[in-house]
Amino acid sequence: MNVRDVPQDPQSYVPKGYIRYAVDDAGRYQTVHSIGSKEQTLANNLFWEHVEKKIASTAEEVRVGKASPLAFFMALKMIERGLLARYVGFSAWRVGRHLKPRVFKRLDPSILKRYADFFGVPMDEFLTPPLERREILLGKACE
Amino acid sequence: MTESFAFGTGSGLSFVHLPFVKFLDLPLLSFRNSMGSIFRNSTKRLGIQARIWTFRDPDEAMSALDRQLEKGVPVGLQAGLHWLPYLTSRTRLHLNAHMVVAVGKTGKDYLLSDVVAGSIMPCPGKDLRMARFSKGPMAPRGKMVIIEKLPGRVSGAYAAAQGIRSVSGTMLQPIFPWIGVKGIRFLANRLERWPETLGEEESRRHLGHIILMQEDVGTGGAGFRYMFAAFLQEAAGILKEERLQGLSARMTSTGDQWRAFAVQAARLCSGRSHHGESFVSMAALMRCIAGEEEAIYRELRKIAPKIRSREAA
Repeated sequence: MNVRDVPQDPQSYVPKGYIRYAVDDAGRYQTVHSIGSKEQTLANNLFWEHVEKKIASTAEEVRVGKASPLAFFMALKMIERGLLARYVGFSAWRVGRHLKPRVFKRLDPSILKRYADFFGVPMDEFLTPPLERREILLGKACE
Repeated sequence: MTESFAFGTGSGLSFVHLPFVKFLDLPLLSFRNSMGSIFRNSTKRLGIQARIWTFRDPDEAMSALDRQLEKGVPVGLQAGLHWLPYLTSRTRLHLNAHMVVAVGKTGKDYLLSDVVAGSIMPCPGKDLRMARFSKGPMAPRGKMVIIEKLPGRVSGAYAAAQGIRSVSGTMLQPIFPWIGVKGIRFLANRLERWPETLGEEESRRHLGHIILMQEDVGTGGAGFRYMFAAFLQEAAGILKEERLQGLSARMTSTGDQWRAFAVQAARLCSGRSHHGESFVSMAALMRCIAGEEEAIYRELRKIAPKIRSREAA
């Protein structure tokens, strides 16, 4: 890739941009700054569309009672069963059970608290989630 | 010392595709080795004395970090992206393969030099602690590295030759189907069948994933191939081996082919494919790339000198 051809997509996601390595006309490598290419923007769009769709479909499942509020927070935090299990200290199988509404309803408050603390939300919000929320939930260090 | 030289001497260039290790239903795909291994190999071969720690206890990890910072020593830390508060929300995925350098501490905040953020950022201690013990694949486990001592003479030639031999060896390895040139062909075979195995939407998402791993994560572009080509140029000078210049140029055109793949993939995802473009044609392009890379590594293995030790060079 020649330094002249380094892409600069104005719709790039990452304002800070990227380092690219490209050759000058003499064939020697230079580092060049790029704000991103059309392909990267497109790929990022695909990724985030999928995340948003997952949040929306999970919200619907919770609304109709097919999944517990836990599922919605997992979608908001883009975290899967296995990884969540490691953070909260339960087995992945147990977390899977907690996704069922009838099991979730009967959970001990101490278990619910572990989840709520991990997601960084107050208990009442954890039990009745704001299903219209589409913004992802960011990590917050507890303690 | 340049980034590309550190990358090359650390034998950073690679290809790994593990379809059974998933993140958000996307299979693991990497164009490089882990940062830990790049750092370890590079420093060892250059004769730089480095120290690498991992910890079980977060308190111990943070005290060890404080001790080094008090001495004015900058510390490399592995940190999970999700827990770093200064990053933009779209960067904070549950990915652990990220390194920052702690350069100081003010009060309870650490000063971190982070490539993704582009500058030195303050990070509260409790967030850094969480990031250093982030869970999931390639978990940091509090990993930290420092440079203890620089040698009187850096063994650049030895390190460059070893780096080249090591990369060639890995990429040409004949055993595991998911690694190296075999891995590229493996991915090509799977990619060709994605429309039937995954359906239209998931196939597109998987293509997008390849583009991101190649261009976003792949520093320098084209899945690190350009950076490695830059290293080969440097190695040509250090090893006084003109043929490496030619191989650098070939590596550059392979990088161009990877980029062409990304462009084709993006066209397909946005429904603007040119006539004849499809998953089948992209798989064919990927196999072509595999063939080119294979030829390059075979040449590299022949040319790279076998230098016995750091002192010999």
